[in-house]
Amino acid sequence: MRDLHAHYRVSNFGIRRDVRAVDGISLEVGRNEIYGLAGESSSGKSTLVKTIARAIRPPLFHVGGDVTFDFRSTGRVSLYDLPADELARLRWRHLSYIMQASMSVLNPVRRVRHSFMDFAFRHIGMRPPEFWALVAEHLGRLHLSATVLDSYPHELSGGMRQRVTIALATICRPDFVIADEPTTALDVVVQKSVLEMIREVQQQMASSVLFVTHDMSVHAYLTDRLGIMYAGRLVEEGPTRQILRRAQHPYTQHLVASLPRIGDRTERRGLEGRPPSLAAPPPGCRFHPRCPLAMPVCSQEAPPLVNIAANHRVACHAVKGGAA
Amino acid sequence: MTATPLLELRDVGRTFSSGVFSRRRVRAVAGVSFALEAGRPEVFAVIGESGSGKTTLARMILGAISATEGAILFRGRDLRSVRSHRDRLGFMRAVQPIFQNPFEAFNPLKRVDRYLFASAHRLAAAASKAEVERLADTALHQVGLSLAEVSGRFPHELSGGQLQRTAIARALISRPSLIVADEPVSMIDASLRMTVTNLFRSLRDELGVSIVYITHDLATAYYVSDRIIIMRKGEVVERGEAAEVLRAPQHPYSVLLKESVLSIDSSNGGDAIPSR
Amino acid sequence: MILPVIGDLLRVNREFALGIVMTGIAVAVALASFFSPYPPLDVYVVPPDVPPGEAFLLGTTSRGQDVFWQLTEATRNTLLFGIAVAAISRVIALTVGLLAGYLGGVVDRVLMSINDTFMVVPLFPILVLFYFVMRDRMSWAMLALVMASLGWAYDARLIRSVAMSLKSREFTQQAVFSGMTTRQIVTQEHLPYVLPIVFSTTLNNLNWSIGLEVTLSVLGFTDVNTPTIGGMVYWANQHTAMVAGVWWWIAAPVVLIATLFIGLFLVAASVSEYIDPRSRLGRIGADK
Ligand SMILES: Nc1ncnc2c1ncn2[C@@H]1O[C@H](COP(=O)(O)OP(=O)(O)OP(=O)(O)O)[C@@H](O)[C@H]1O
Ligand SMILES: Nc1ncnc2c1ncn2[C@@H]1O[C@H](COP(=O)(O)OP(=O)(O)OP(=O)(O)O)[C@@H](O)[C@H]1O
Ligand code: SF4
Ligand SMILES: [Mg+2]
Ligand SMILES: [Mg+2]
Repeated sequence: MRDLHAHYRVSNFGIRRDVRAVDGISLEVGRNEIYGLAGESSSGKSTLVKTIARAIRPPLFHVGGDVTFDFRSTGRVSLYDLPADELARLRWRHLSYIMQASMSVLNPVRRVRHSFMDFAFRHIGMRPPEFWALVAEHLGRLHLSATVLDSYPHELSGGMRQRVTIALATICRPDFVIADEPTTALDVVVQKSVLEMIREVQQQMASSVLFVTHDMSVHAYLTDRLGIMYAGRLVEEGPTRQILRRAQHPYTQHLVASLPRIGDRTERRGLEGRPPSLAAPPPGCRFHPRCPLAMPVCSQEAPPLVNIAANHRVACHAVKGGAA
Repeated sequence: MTATPLLELRDVGRTFSSGVFSRRRVRAVAGVSFALEAGRPEVFAVIGESGSGKTTLARMILGAISATEGAILFRGRDLRSVRSHRDRLGFMRAVQPIFQNPFEAFNPLKRVDRYLFASAHRLAAAASKAEVERLADTALHQVGLSLAEVSGRFPHELSGGQLQRTAIARALISRPSLIVADEPVSMIDASLRMTVTNLFRSLRDELGVSIVYITHDLATAYYVSDRIIIMRKGEVVERGEAAEVLRAPQHPYSVLLKESVLSIDSSNGGDAIPSR
Repeated sequence: MILPVIGDLLRVNREFALGIVMTGIAVAVALASFFSPYPPLDVYVVPPDVPPGEAFLLGTTSRGQDVFWQLTEATRNTLLFGIAVAAISRVIALTVGLLAGYLGGVVDRVLMSINDTFMVVPLFPILVLFYFVMRDRMSWAMLALVMASLGWAYDARLIRSVAMSLKSREFTQQAVFSGMTTRQIVTQEHLPYVLPIVFSTTLNNLNWSIGLEVTLSVLGFTDVNTPTIGGMVYWANQHTAMVAGVWWWIAAPVVLIATLFIGLFLVAASVSEYIDPRSRLGRIGADK
């Protein structure tokens, strides 16, 4: 799974303005790696992930760039050159995508069982009794009983629905899992075992996971490498531990510092000001209107993403290669 | 306690029976009691296992579904007697919800501003268009947005965080005395989470709004709430001062809950060297 | 937003385009009735039994009427009849379905038991019975009303099930707590979701009512003095047109009704496939 390079743009023709939700991002997710993606709300995480999965719908358009996968069984494929039927074959089996609005995967007027039939059964090539045994076992690892299969989505609690979609996406054990905020509605006990399950499946299969969440403690627990997005751009990337311990970019530093903890009730502030409008992003570094370290150059030139250490890239004028 | 409480729950329970033929019965909530005092606004946290009936409890407090056991009293009045249209409007002026999933909270085929305008018009009795817009804009500014950013947009054009803040703004328009927030921060990032929880604080301290705060995030519950209950399988297993309970939980489940909290210090990521 | 959608459908979807053209022909014929040189009910205004040709495009009938102009008038009445039935029954189906689904409880049970009664009532015998009871008082409008009240039950049930699932979604609660009234919620929040269903069932209902009306008219169980397509065939049969070799008198209405039928069917099928609320938000260009 190399050379995942993407450059996209959302344009909203209804209002006639371009929202550059993903603006020139290049990243690589290695085989056997869990790559985390963090960032503010509306920084374009979901949009990036949608474009990577080629799950784009108007008004979202793929403007440029390329996404390349290197699946073991298929070799290198460039997602945007693929015909539609070929893409459908890759989905679920090799590439699965847990969407943020997970309800929309489940058909509201059909029982959960049907969703498993529709999505997973076709791809897995098993006889029904074995298949349902596998499903039940898989649900069990997510702390769900098999009775959820006979429920309608609206009869389940938010966390149960979310786990059902995780089960759907992982049951075929795909090479590449994209998960967009999959654990937000779970209690911490269940969350922990879900994360463990994801890690376990990933290690068994030596597959790759792209995991999106704004919860830094989840990243700390799960991911190997971490990318921080701000206003449609990648501002910092590196091994998770290094980023959490020695964040370089001012935005990342703020993100890490703003986490509340049990046992500590000191006042914590959200970031001053608002996230920039992506329709008219500030020139230069997009963080400069809110950055405590902003310098004159920041509002003129966009800082490039440079290596400051092995595997550690930062886009900030105040952090020059070798510094800190 | 002499004054009538703002909200009082007496042994509240709810059983769902689903399926016409199979008659499966689910006891979602059982025997929950607590009271919020009128003169003392507070943030009351409800924490618990996924599927433990927190959402069901919230829907009962909001009068969206009725309790099958026990009674819920708002300002001394049983919710079962809040029936007529006028009573309901009055009730909704005082009690407002914030929902779990911001993507589901607005009709995907409609612009989000219509809910703000409807609230301003119906609940806050704003007559003119200018007044309606002013109220909506003020409320949006309280959550760090502005009407210009939101108006005319469909839900799919806003991010999860933006939608959630819009939902909170809408709830604030009628100046309620109780807000029932069902996992209001689970979809938004840490920085914004702090903005929202700080917002809850200031709502409590400045506007005197009481908040029933349902969440999975123990850290923000600790940070913002005064009292807390911990639920499991529909029942309250532990209750008390939030700081106390979270510092030294007693019930085995609460202990497990606290132990499972992930923190950025417990890092085990970043160790595996990506093999390529 | 409707216009660009129609434009796209025309470009992308062959069946839709064909259906529109066929339906369009029937509508054009109906509209031509406004230029008719003869009053529709008058007989023996032209020489009888003239075959199609230069003087009379589609020939004339044994009753001395111009087949073409007669046909325009008949098509117009038949279409109007179908539209009236569809419109009235849609209003009933929507009201019953949305209210039963949203309000639930007693309202739901009462409305649905009425609904079920209508669902099991045998249609054709009722209509024939109605004709024998009413006889001469059986007017065009009366028949439309009767058929409309028989044709809503199935769709109401469909709409109710959609409304029930909408009711359980969070945005309905958001609307309730924004102080919206039941009417607002039903007409503004829920109606857009059922409109696609209604749209395609309307076209089907149009087909159904036209078909039924033609059948009844051919057999003479309606007010045969209002010219309709079925009525034309009825009169042609009365004058044993086929035996007498006046085939054009029968062929013209049959061809027209077939065109209209197939046209409406194609449009209904392609539209119902297209306007699915889930994919409606953005479809154009997505999988091309
Ligand atoms: N269909 C659309 N039309 C116009 N703008 C859009 C559309 N979809 C998303 N956007 C905008 O793109 C930006 C990025 O949204 P995105 O959903 O990718 O954010 P996110 O990082 O996933 O945020 P969150 O953590 O809140 O889910 C937002 O500013 C949003 O308003
Ligand atoms: N309409 C319904 N019909 C049948 N069962 C239901 C219904 N609504 C909820 N339940 C059941 O009630 C139980 C409690 O659900 P609830 O949504 O209150 O949980 P929750 O505590 O909010 O969970 P989460 O943290 O995952 O949101 C679940 O077992 C659920 O399946
Ligand atoms: S480039 Fe300048 S404005 Fe941007 S983060 Fe670095 S110091 Fe701040
Ligand atoms: Mg997102
Ligand atoms: Mg819930």
